[in-house]
Amino acid sequence: MPDEAAHRVDVRIQAHDFDSAAEIAALTAGRADIGAVVTFTGLCRDEGGRLAALELEHYPGMAERAIRAIATEAVARFSLQGILAIHRHGKIAPGGNIVLVVAAAPHRQAAFDGAAFLMDYLKTDAPFWKKEHLKDGGTGEWVSAKDADDAAKARWTSAQ
Amino acid sequence: MSVRLVYFAWVRERIGKGSEEIDLPPEVKTVGELIAHLATLGEEYEAALQVPGVIRAALDEEHADHDEPIGGAREIALFPPMTGG
Repeated sequence: MPDEAAHRVDVRIQAHDFDSAAEIAALTAGRADIGAVVTFTGLCRDEGGRLAALELEHYPGMAERAIRAIATEAVARFSLQGILAIHRHGKIAPGGNIVLVVAAAPHRQAAFDGAAFLMDYLKTDAPFWKKEHLKDGGTGEWVSAKDADDAAKARWTSAQ
Repeated sequence: MSVRLVYFAWVRERIGKGSEEIDLPPEVKTVGELIAHLATLGEEYEAALQVPGVIRAALDEEHADHDEPIGGAREIALFPPMTGG
């Protein structure tokens, strides 16, 4: 089962942008057994007009390994037919894409849960860090981790 | 034993480099002991590691708690809590 789950996982860490519609089409092409596809896209906010960009630093190698491990667990736990995660790095302007998750399953609840589970674990376990670049040219701060993200992850263990 | 250390985000900025090779003193056996040892190496290390509890670590690209033995790890990463997604 772990091997089979791994085959349903596609993880990409890249600087360039992604096309959500094209990725959904690729994941479902030629498949008549998929009944539900849930996508999540995370975008860069301008934080009330303050930000010129977010710069995402990552730990190459571990970033892909960590997301792949979470995605493989999501496939096994929710019996997903496929899951895709794309996480960008580098400088991203407000309005730009940061992360994409696409989860496919026979029925909607597994697809919703699979996408949410992957995002909740990714936020706290995938080695990425965001630095703010300010519109006024000032040196930005590193974004702090949020307790709410730890709480979001914890709900998947307390629910069992 | 020589290991490669890699640093990310504000840990990297405060230490002033992204990676280095160091010889581990024999008494340094766990991640927590490594962090305490590094904090004695100079002001920049002290600034980066002054609150050990917030520092996260990975041994050969796998998350590791502070009480985890370093064992034969070749690459040890130290970084702040992650903020991806």
